[in-house]
Amino acid sequence: MAVKVIIPTPLRAYAGRQASVELQAATVAEALSALTAKFGDLKKHLYSDDGRLRSFVNVYVNDEDIRYLQKDQTRLNEGDTVSIVPSIAGGAGNGRAL
Amino acid sequence: MSIAPLKIREALLQKIHAHGVETYPHECCGALLGSDGEFSREVVDLLPLENRRDDSPRNRFELTPDDVRLAEKTAADKQLELIGWYHSHPDAPARPSEFDREHAWPWYSYIIVSVEKGEPRDTTSWRLRDDRSGYQAEAIESEARSASS
Repeated sequence: MAVKVIIPTPLRAYAGRQASVELQAATVAEALSALTAKFGDLKKHLYSDDGRLRSFVNVYVNDEDIRYLQKDQTRLNEGDTVSIVPSIAGGAGNGRAL
Repeated sequence: MSIAPLKIREALLQKIHAHGVETYPHECCGALLGSDGEFSREVVDLLPLENRRDDSPRNRFELTPDDVRLAEKTAADKQLELIGWYHSHPDAPARPSEFDREHAWPWYSYIIVSVEKGEPRDTTSWRLRDDRSGYQAEAIESEARSASS
């Protein structure tokens, strides 16, 4: 079914400068997989080296965080909006600067 | 690839410093609201936010997706864009840490202010490289800096 994926500003440069992309997908996993198949450069910013969604990448289906639904197996309905929303973290850490 | 300098009024830099002093010895954080163009990027306003890391606020900061959505909405309401984030490094250099890099997003400007013994010291700005391998320094241009250089 056709769903809309909202791309956050920092990732638009890797998605043809688009704010949203229309895709065919039945689950969140399928939507993200279709998105990264279309725009390969997005992959390293969404997934860590072990293939998991980065912890500071949050995915919402129509304003509901998928962590409280069925995670990436959350089913999508025609016309649903899937939003990728950043959380922001950082800090001096152990004082080890790059 | 070179990147355009980040313009910011001295008064806004002072506000970031004051926030870092206020929360010292904990890290402060907030959003940079402004405009982004092909040849220039400018911070026009700030949205100070609360550091959500209760467990280790001296050397970590975190903002929730709701904070990010609030920052995006605040920017849109002011006809601005959310162009980046600022945070402080209490008693640590104003340079990105490995922890910063792991958690960074591309495109955003990340301003870091070092606060040593409660006093603001250096202010720097950075952008994550496309391949996530590290940061590229982003020059800060402010009125007072231009006048003194």
